Amino acid sequence: MEQFKLLVVILLSAVFVDNYVLCRFLGICPFLGVSKKLDQAAGMGVAVSLVMLLATAVTWPIQRFVLDALNMGYLQNIVFILIIATLVQILEMLLKKLSPALYKGLGVYLPLITTNCAVLGVTINNILDGYSFVESMVSTLGCGLGFLLAMVLFSGLRSRIHESKIPAPFRGLAVTLIAASFVSLAFMGFAGIVENIFG
Amino acid sequence: MDILIAFVFMLAVALLAGVLLLVFSRLFAVEKNPMEKAVRECLPGINCGACGYKGCDDYAAALAEGGVKPNLCVPGTQKVADEISDILGIEKVQVQDVVAFVACNGHCEATSVLAEYEGVQTCRAASMLYGGPNSCRYGCLGFGDCAAACPSNAICMADGIARIDTTRCLGCGLCRDTCPKQIITMLPQEAAAAVICSNRQSGALARKACKNACIGCKKCEKACPGGAITVKDNLAVIDYTKCTYCGLCVTVCPTGCLKKVYFPDLPEDCDIKTLIE
Repeated sequence: MEQFKLLVVILLSAVFVDNYVLCRFLGICPFLGVSKKLDQAAGMGVAVSLVMLLATAVTWPIQRFVLDALNMGYLQNIVFILIIATLVQILEMLLKKLSPALYKGLGVYLPLITTNCAVLGVTINNILDGYSFVESMVSTLGCGLGFLLAMVLFSGLRSRIHESKIPAPFRGLAVTLIAASFVSLAFMGFAGIVENIFG
Repeated sequence: MDILIAFVFMLAVALLAGVLLLVFSRLFAVEKNPMEKAVRECLPGINCGACGYKGCDDYAAALAEGGVKPNLCVPGTQKVADEISDILGIEKVQVQDVVAFVACNGHCEATSVLAEYEGVQTCRAASMLYGGPNSCRYGCLGFGDCAAACPSNAICMADGIARIDTTRCLGCGLCRDTCPKQIITMLPQEAAAAVICSNRQSGALARKACKNACIGCKKCEKACPGGAITVKDNLAVIDYTKCTYCGLCVTVCPTGCLKKVYFPDLPEDCDIKTLIE
């Protein structure tokens, strides 16, 4: 029971309190770039979540059983980058063969995830937080869901912005950045809530 | 010793990744339509996007799938279109030759500068700041975003405005999509005359902004025997499907914003005014 409660806390705090986009400011590029339309934003969110889960499942054992065993923790960044890039490429090939519809839907966003800092951030933070494998996977799922949530929320906001009258100097990227900062501020309100509910 | 282990380890990881990628790319290779490959080889491969697809690969895939016209590759001209039709075994279609045209003649002497702009030196950035530093809010800003986008170096910036070398222009339309003022249009290569202004202000205001502006006087509209010219929002617009290549509009224009582009019946470099008089 205690273990289950811990996992719920990890999941919820990854989604709301430590939201990767809005509170840790990782993965801002797709957050601003692909959030214009709801379907694209959701697709990108799902793709990133998938890659995050896959990357954690591979990098956690590598860190624990290879890097730590060989006393080469300092190679973490470069090894993880290499692994994530390879994984994304393989995932792309698999999708292209097995599910052309999904491949077409994700389009150019899939290769873009290769260099997404949120994915690298999740894998490294899991190690830094000292999570076990199950905890890492749950935390990663939370991060992915949090990313998806941020993308979907923001795409809704952007479609509203698109339809409203904005003063000329603020049009385009300026108003988008301001809106993003407001959403981020709103998420600051979650700080401390999850721990206190379950603690 | 440590560095050697690290080196060997990284090498092993990289090799493993490479081998894995190779295996997967072989195992999950998607066989391409042979038609697509043949079509792709015909296309010029500059990925300009004139066809409306993401690149030559994308257009080739769409062609192989069928239901797409083979004449969309403007840079490839008629030759490529014919080759594609032969491969696919479909009817040949005429390629519409187009060239980019900058509808602005607001060079440094004709326009004035409202403010010194010292920001990022691109049209896109300048136009975000209250529409740019030029006195004409519709005209060319002259920072050369279009020239940077042009894949064939057909655009040069001279005297504050963009000028297009029509012999080099591929007709891909990248410059048209880049221009923040949207003053670049794709003209049929055999267009007779073109309105070289984009100002939609009323006559006096337009004139104040630029000496070469179209003032919307409707002289050309009345002069045109085919009814091909209409003045809309204080700006003359030519309908090239109705143009009869008479050249009258160029002679009556008081501000010189109607420019002669191509007249098949008249000798090169001849002054139409003297000819008609």
